[in-house]
Amino acid sequence: MRRKLSDLFVNVGRVENLVEAKALTKHFGSFEAVRGIDVEVRRGEAFGFLGPNGAGKSSTMRMISCVSGRTGGDLKVLGMDPERDGPKIRARVGVVPQLDNLDTELTVRQNLQIYGRYFGMSRQRCREKADELLEFAQLSDRADHEVEPLSGGMKRRLTIARSLVNDPELLLLDEPTTGLDPQARHLLWDRLFRLKQDGVTLIITTHYMDEAEQLCDRLVVMDGGRIAAEGSPSELIRRYSTREVLELRFQPGVEKPDLERFAERVEVLPDRLLLYTQDGEHTLAKVHEHGVQPVQSLVRRSSLEDVFLRLTGRTLVD
Amino acid sequence: MPTLRGSWFALEKSWTWYRRNWRATAVSSFLTPVLFLVALGFGFGSQVQSTALIGGVSYLEYLAPALVVVTAIQGATFESTYPVMSQFMWQKSYFAMVATPITPAQVLYGQMLWVGSTLFVKSAVFVGIAAALGATAGPGILWSVVFATLAALAFSAPLVAYSARLDKPDSFTTIFRFVLMPMTLFTGAFFPVSQLPQWLLPLVWLTPSWHGIELARGTAFGTLDLLPALGHIAYLVALTAGGVALGVKFFHRRLAV
Repeated sequence: MRRKLSDLFVNVGRVENLVEAKALTKHFGSFEAVRGIDVEVRRGEAFGFLGPNGAGKSSTMRMISCVSGRTGGDLKVLGMDPERDGPKIRARVGVVPQLDNLDTELTVRQNLQIYGRYFGMSRQRCREKADELLEFAQLSDRADHEVEPLSGGMKRRLTIARSLVNDPELLLLDEPTTGLDPQARHLLWDRLFRLKQDGVTLIITTHYMDEAEQLCDRLVVMDGGRIAAEGSPSELIRRYSTREVLELRFQPGVEKPDLERFAERVEVLPDRLLLYTQDGEHTLAKVHEHGVQPVQSLVRRSSLEDVFLRLTGRTLVD
Repeated sequence: MPTLRGSWFALEKSWTWYRRNWRATAVSSFLTPVLFLVALGFGFGSQVQSTALIGGVSYLEYLAPALVVVTAIQGATFESTYPVMSQFMWQKSYFAMVATPITPAQVLYGQMLWVGSTLFVKSAVFVGIAAALGATAGPGILWSVVFATLAALAFSAPLVAYSARLDKPDSFTTIFRFVLMPMTLFTGAFFPVSQLPQWLLPLVWLTPSWHGIELARGTAFGTLDLLPALGHIAYLVALTAGGVALGVKFFHRRLAV
């Protein structure tokens, strides 16, 4: 998996923006899934599309992976036009789709080997690559088991391993950990970190802000087919939120007090109030002094969830 | 990737599947035709008197080449329905294939190559078994392998295209009952179509099985002239080509949206 030094030199002189989109749109009939987005993904970075379901993330990913044509705008992937050079681009890209599409009646090993063949690799090379990827995905002991009965986490790891069979320069992951338990997610994140260290450029869509914060160097927040903001996770938090957040939970049905004057901004959610402030403990003390008695209070750092709430007025996961 | 190479890799996937799962299908694909041959050819056939209408040969020999054809068409029908739909809907493995340099058209070509090659092999095995059982009149029956495969492709190609458009498998049962079954029974495999009412004949002429049976039986007994033979072949090739053209369109529409 680890790239050889010589590979790095091969990369010199190649395009540095692996993806360049300008005013990119995608319509399905009268439905506008993507409404004119500008995106640049640089070589070696982990880039994220963060947004709720239906934000246009997957449509964008399918255009970048050259399986779905664009409706309008410009798109260059690896310096080439997907419209013209689709197969050539796909030969150098790895794709992890939102839903696993493994050959469930084949073994784990056969899935990897046959996928290598699709890239025109020799049988011998496919066998070697399969062994290497089995180890990477920690599936060596399941190599000759059928895929169908494997756990969700194992299937996901196999899908990711399969996407690496052609040593892609660019790896597209569409909601890589949706539906997995925490342990399986952490194992996957660890594998993705290793890929990043090895110089693979990652593009990840997710509606989990912790995933975006963990994995992405830079991300865009998408909503309703448009880009609402762009930057590194910490930049976005600095720009759109305060350092800390005080969460106050009240009895259901009880009217929430007006606490605008204690914080820079207050968000009212169905079950709680979010007070955006530089010093959460200090604000909490002042709220208590004022005689407000919440059922529960919590001081935490601002997260991308808060950025999203600020930008769209909605929470990410409903 | 060159078209043929891409289609070859798509075919290899089905072959990989078959190598692993052949036991489950072997029984149905080889035993069923043998049972039909034994029951209808030897059993039922023993009670049938040969007539000039069936060329004066024994009913068993009359039946054998046609049975190769209708069996191939049945096999093709099953290969062209659920497995195709599954790879769009349930396993979604076609979508995995088009994320590689393989194109939607090559996925379809691979599927058609798979149907063609498996039915060629199965038909050849069937003819071998029929010969071993003494059900064949002469070496002419070897042609049945070719024409059974061609007739199977002519039915499979439009059916694969149709399967690529479906979102649920309900209509497959209708096809099995109201297309496949009558086509198996009434297009000349078990009795000459001249016994059918006149008005039904144009419908029979539309079926790939009638053309396949005419070719297989005609070559088995050396009774077919060149011109009609070319006509039958042209019709089956046209059905196949038309089906593939539609399939390319529908596969693209489904896989590249």
